[in-house]
Amino acid sequence: MELIGQGVFEAVRLLLAGDREVWSVTWLSLRISATATLLALACGIPLGTALALSRFTGRGFLISLVNTGMGLPPVVVGLFVTIVLWRSGVLGFLELLYTPTAMILAQLVIAAPIVIGLTLAAMQQIPDKFRLQLLALGASRRQMVWTLLKEARLPMLAAVMAGFGAVISEVGASLMVGGNIKGSTRVLTTATVLETSKGNFDVAIALSLILLVLMFLVNWALTWIQQRRAG
Amino acid sequence: MLARLLLVALCSVWLTAPAQAQSTNVILSTTTSTQDSGLLDVLVPMFEKKTGMSVKTVSVGTGQALALAARGEADVALVHAPSLERKYVDEGKMQNRRLVMYNDFIIIGPEDDPAKIKGMPRAVDALKRIAETQSRFVSRGDKSGTHLLELGLWKQAGIEPKGTWYIESGQGMGQTLGVANERRAYTIADRGTWLAFQKRINLPILVEKDKPLLNIYSVMEVNPASGPRVNVAGGKAFADFMVSPETQAAIRAFGVDKFGQALFVPIAGKTDADLQ
Repeated sequence: MELIGQGVFEAVRLLLAGDREVWSVTWLSLRISATATLLALACGIPLGTALALSRFTGRGFLISLVNTGMGLPPVVVGLFVTIVLWRSGVLGFLELLYTPTAMILAQLVIAAPIVIGLTLAAMQQIPDKFRLQLLALGASRRQMVWTLLKEARLPMLAAVMAGFGAVISEVGASLMVGGNIKGSTRVLTTATVLETSKGNFDVAIALSLILLVLMFLVNWALTWIQQRRAG
Repeated sequence: MLARLLLVALCSVWLTAPAQAQSTNVILSTTTSTQDSGLLDVLVPMFEKKTGMSVKTVSVGTGQALALAARGEADVALVHAPSLERKYVDEGKMQNRRLVMYNDFIIIGPEDDPAKIKGMPRAVDALKRIAETQSRFVSRGDKSGTHLLELGLWKQAGIEPKGTWYIESGQGMGQTLGVANERRAYTIADRGTWLAFQKRINLPILVEKDKPLLNIYSVMEVNPASGPRVNVAGGKAFADFMVSPETQAAIRAFGVDKFGQALFVPIAGKTDADLQ
């Protein structure tokens, strides 16, 4: 318990002292994971919507794949993205391995199925009658989809929170594709692993607390938007 | 709204993309001990300042570090497993192996020392005694340089370690020390990591200063034939830097302020035979 107290003290000290490394690591975590989440939304919302509104053979199978993907193990994603980005890999010529871009890519792969799955669920909870009514009122297909998306926007904020929460807290993929390079690809989770292995438990606890506070603040903001619109 | 978010996302991707030409990036494949001890935090900035190149340090177990380098996924390797290193050099995957520095391994264990190995001069005999008495022993089990050295000692002792007393942690040195401390077990550690963990663990040194316990680090360049896009000049520049007098002096001084003793002894220019 004394150790946790020390960690809290260390966290406050590092933040107040304006420790440049801690701030840059925190900022990088936020930047990488926010970018990955936004990209996941950009491709996940259209795909989830398409999956919710279309009917075709193999749709059930595809949805099962998406649902499995919602729990994709980050180390598995990390391993495959690493192999693809290796100099000898398919995308090796891009020289992306051990860069923040590689981390965004891996996190995108982790977050996209979550966004697709939750968008699908959000769209499906809108009664089918509503959709038919829109069409009966003469809405074009585009107008219909747009109205449904607006209707589903509150549950879809849950997709944003779940996607962001998954990628900012994962460590396996970030460690593998980012390499935990100081000043370049070191984020809160990978720095925590490193400080633990160095035996600097107080710093590790401090970094963990900063991560938790960061996650709380982001979720707080999103919940505020969600509840304000709901109310 | 969505369009604006997308724009922001794309801009940030663009901003994070590497701006430098590839020839200024050197990928260093190395072991966890060089990173965990903090040595690279001193040496890498020195190198970057001197050459204007930027180093990407990938620190993993020695086995993985060498395997990555041998595939051409790195440009230079700084590792500590002489027998494995020589194998890669013989196979032509790595080249120009040069000794950089050494420190030593120690056998540590619980204070009550159930196997009674304290003060034994030979590490091999100590391991034999641990196996005979079935005293708990924690192995790294991760193909790191430390693990390979441990396996070498068991082989010399003619013992195949197996059984409930032999615990494989599969983790780095720090975590392995933690496991040994909790389980009241023996283990082999490099002196640097053990010193760094002094506050957290209670595992005194029982056997030390035996020749086979020397922990020798070498630097090797990746043979450009090992894979596409190897930065040959960058790898060579880093290897040359590691054995330069200036760097060797920095290695000699490293750790004195924090631990009251140097963590590594520089040995550039020496050969394996000099250390026997």
